[in-house]
Amino acid sequence: MSIWEYANPVKFMKTSSLVLPWVVGLAAIAMVVGLVWGFFFTPEATNFGSTVKVIYVHVPSAMMAINIWAMMLVTSLIWLVRRHHVSALAAKAAAPIGAVMTLIALITGAIWGQPMWGTWWEWDPRLTSFLILFLFYLGYMALWGAIENPDTAADLTGVLCLVGSVFAILSRYAVNFWNQGLHQGATLSLDEKENISDVYWFPLLFCIAGFILFFVALVLLRTRTEIRARRLKALEQRERMA
Amino acid sequence: MIALLMRDLRLAVRAGGGFGLGLAFFLIVVTLVPFGVGPQGEVLARIASGILWLGALLACLLSLDRIFALDFEDGSLDLLTTAPIPLEGIVAMKALAHWITTGLPLVIAAPVFGLLLHLPGPAYFWLIVALGVGTPALSVLGSFGAALTVGLKRGGLLMSLLVLPLYVPTLIFGAELVRRGAEGMATEVPLMMLAGITAAVIAVVPFASAAAIRINLR
Repeated sequence: MSIWEYANPVKFMKTSSLVLPWVVGLAAIAMVVGLVWGFFFTPEATNFGSTVKVIYVHVPSAMMAINIWAMMLVTSLIWLVRRHHVSALAAKAAAPIGAVMTLIALITGAIWGQPMWGTWWEWDPRLTSFLILFLFYLGYMALWGAIENPDTAADLTGVLCLVGSVFAILSRYAVNFWNQGLHQGATLSLDEKENISDVYWFPLLFCIAGFILFFVALVLLRTRTEIRARRLKALEQRERMA
Repeated sequence: MIALLMRDLRLAVRAGGGFGLGLAFFLIVVTLVPFGVGPQGEVLARIASGILWLGALLACLLSLDRIFALDFEDGSLDLLTTAPIPLEGIVAMKALAHWITTGLPLVIAAPVFGLLLHLPGPAYFWLIVALGVGTPALSVLGSFGAALTVGLKRGGLLMSLLVLPLYVPTLIFGAELVRRGAEGMATEVPLMMLAGITAAVIAVVPFASAAAIRINLR
């Protein structure tokens, strides 16, 4: 039993149809528990007041925004090296979700920043690099949309994803150099001494798990749609040939 | 490869608009900015280096589609890929030709435009250095965007969306270098970062561009 079995679309469709309802259910449970716990059953923080509750949407979406790009990088690499179509379609399916996650992180950040920093937007390194990441997502999706041949599109977007990853990371550290930030440092690291207090940490864990499962569910769903669309195209083509 | 470079340069010059258009566009940007922000000297002096960098970016971007599109249409790109030199070398030469026709004139003319924008005295030297070190990266990265969109009918807008985010690091360090130079601060760090990015881009990106062209010609 190897992971490459799922490169077979038939096998993928079969397994994903079994897994999908479970993932959806778990995602819903984790998100409801995390968000309700976080919004209604945690105390207000001393420095933040009630705005601390934005964290339950802001942090998971920001984490997903970065990790979805990493997932697209891996699937693009798999496509470029081993040419499994499911992999390329999964990358295509993930991109809009990643873009929306980036947007959610930016918007919730603005909502949080307004009362805390007194501004909706600041050219802070973290904020700026997220905006740049959003632009990379847009370019990636636009390139998918512009090319008709699906294999060419998968190849070119794969190459773009590789080059884009390097430049996204480079930009991340370049903007550090360019401006000093308002954004606080990481407080969720496992190896740091000073971290967020457990009262906020546990519901946040549920939210993060919920966002991850939600993303997995969406990717499975969208990849299934892409596979079906691909099959439909093939059928139409065969019809025309006959 | 030299022959290819000379061919591209001749084409750019004789087909019209090779050297001139980029510069004219640069001049227009520089002329329009004071209308937008007001003619006060101190405001212009503060944003001068940023404007000159943005102008260079846009002038470079507008001429990108020439790198491969014409050769793709008349079929000479197919011939070039079968040439006995590696496609990576061809891509690098084409990017170099693009830089000589758009980047180099901008580097040479930038001080004159700086004059129009009241660029402070010590910044001139650093402006030339920054543009001279940074613009090759713009051309090479642009050739990557052009290679990705070479098969598309209307790739212009898409190409700007693909290429401009890649210009972020170069722009940051390039503008920072001029700013620090103008204020008499230490310039080693941004200069080394800018040069490092350009060197890495020249070394690595032609491979990605060549891969994209191979995919597009398949």
